[in-house]
Amino acid sequence: MTEYQKPVPIPNEDTKPFWDSLREHKLVIQKCSQCGQFRFPPRVICPYCMSLHSRWVEVKGKGKIYSFTVVHYAYTPAYRDALPYVVAIIELEEGIRLVTNIVGCKPEEVQIGMDVEITFEDVTPEFTLHKFQPASKT
Amino acid sequence: MNRLRAKCAIVGVGETKVGYVPGVTIMSHNLQASQKAIEDAGLSNKDIDAVLTRKPARDPTLCYSLQIAENLGISPKCTTDLDTCGTTPVTMVINAVIAISTGLCRAVLCTIGMDDNQSLKQQIPKHGQLNYGSEDFEYPWGFIGAPMAFAMAARRHMHLYGTTSEQLGAIAVAMRKHACMNSNAQMHKPITLQDYLASPLFAEPFRLLDCSLVSDGGGAVVITSAEMAKHLRKPPIYILGLGQHNFAHSYFGPLEVITPFKKAADEAYHMAAVSPGDVDVAEIYDCFTHSVLVQLEDLGFCKKGEGGSFVEGGRIELGGELPINTHGGLLSQAHIVGMLHITEAAHQLWKESGERQVKNVEVALVTGLGIRQAPFGTTGVLILGKEAS
Repeated sequence: MTEYQKPVPIPNEDTKPFWDSLREHKLVIQKCSQCGQFRFPPRVICPYCMSLHSRWVEVKGKGKIYSFTVVHYAYTPAYRDALPYVVAIIELEEGIRLVTNIVGCKPEEVQIGMDVEITFEDVTPEFTLHKFQPASKT
Repeated sequence: MNRLRAKCAIVGVGETKVGYVPGVTIMSHNLQASQKAIEDAGLSNKDIDAVLTRKPARDPTLCYSLQIAENLGISPKCTTDLDTCGTTPVTMVINAVIAISTGLCRAVLCTIGMDDNQSLKQQIPKHGQLNYGSEDFEYPWGFIGAPMAFAMAARRHMHLYGTTSEQLGAIAVAMRKHACMNSNAQMHKPITLQDYLASPLFAEPFRLLDCSLVSDGGGAVVITSAEMAKHLRKPPIYILGLGQHNFAHSYFGPLEVITPFKKAADEAYHMAAVSPGDVDVAEIYDCFTHSVLVQLEDLGFCKKGEGGSFVEGGRIELGGELPINTHGGLLSQAHIVGMLHITEAAHQLWKESGERQVKNVEVALVTGLGIRQAPFGTTGVLILGKEAS
């Protein structure tokens, strides 16, 4: 098996619960215990009320594509085989935006405003990444 | 009248050869540019009492500004490595104005050197590099580097306002036209809109020609009090207005909203007592074509969403209504983090721009912008003029 070449995070005290949950195929977002605002990426203090107290809340992983780009160049050689790939900003139903990849459809089918849902990709034994795909019709 | 208006002036500028300059270090670019700027002002190293620079991002060094000072034989009262990403040169000027107008310093040297092009081409070993701080939530998904972030902002602009690739292309073509009139420019081959549309897709909607250059080079300016400036070699270029404003979003803010440029520009215009219509030439930070278009809106040259139509028909070219980036900008002259936008504004006001000189320049506007969590995270505006009154 070839070694995973793409960048992986370096978790710290503030971000470890996020990565641990992804490994269990759960998306958790930090929520301020004082004012109730979600925040991302994880950090020690609430930028709305400066409270140092927060908890981790599992979210549904549903949202819309806020914007996206189809990438045609490899910033590091590790992405060469992945080209072209889609980087997108998703706006979750909870109001948080995060960076992800769109999978499960062709790059030319991706559109701003498209409904998407989370899927998980176990990239190494330690790390799982969230990815998003077109929402299933319900 | 605002108490900072025309209290300080640019008195000398310097640039080094830009483009691909193998064998010339970041330090050497800084020192050559600084020597020229100090000489241009008619000053000596003994007159400079503050040095501001930017820590080399690809090879961070402690107290870099003090190393530059040491090399130049300056024992500065104030010395700082500062960083607001692409706003850095504008921030340097603002800090120089603060230091001088409070009486702390007399003559401030602001300098930047770059060796990004030779580092990239020759894979020169580095001691390390500065991080953005949000890598863990971006890099694993292949979201790396500024082009992708600005591409997503451009995509939103197209989605909301119907901005076209041809309009982005008009900016690339104009910058190249100006670079072709500048002997110290990295790019010398004229391009047409067809060339632009045929250039390879990079991070959609951006093509290669939407993206700024990777460059070697250096630039420096010397700033003194307006009083001291009156007795120096060249006529003072007064700093009439300045403003800086930054996003403080929790994460990836709304990309189409009015950027912090609106507030930065309003403050600068108010301080300078000028309006967008008074600006004769604008040196606008052009890390990408789309960045120019957004600034034209938020700096008040056109309404929100109308940046695309504003840049059509040669309006931003030399001879047009509002010549932009008369040196060729980051897109076609060189990417020295915008320091050469300031030196070019000075050249225009001193009527030193030769073939690319804009007629009757009285007021010049300069901007800088950076990416911090989101495109336009940092923004800064300077308004420069020949007359203090």
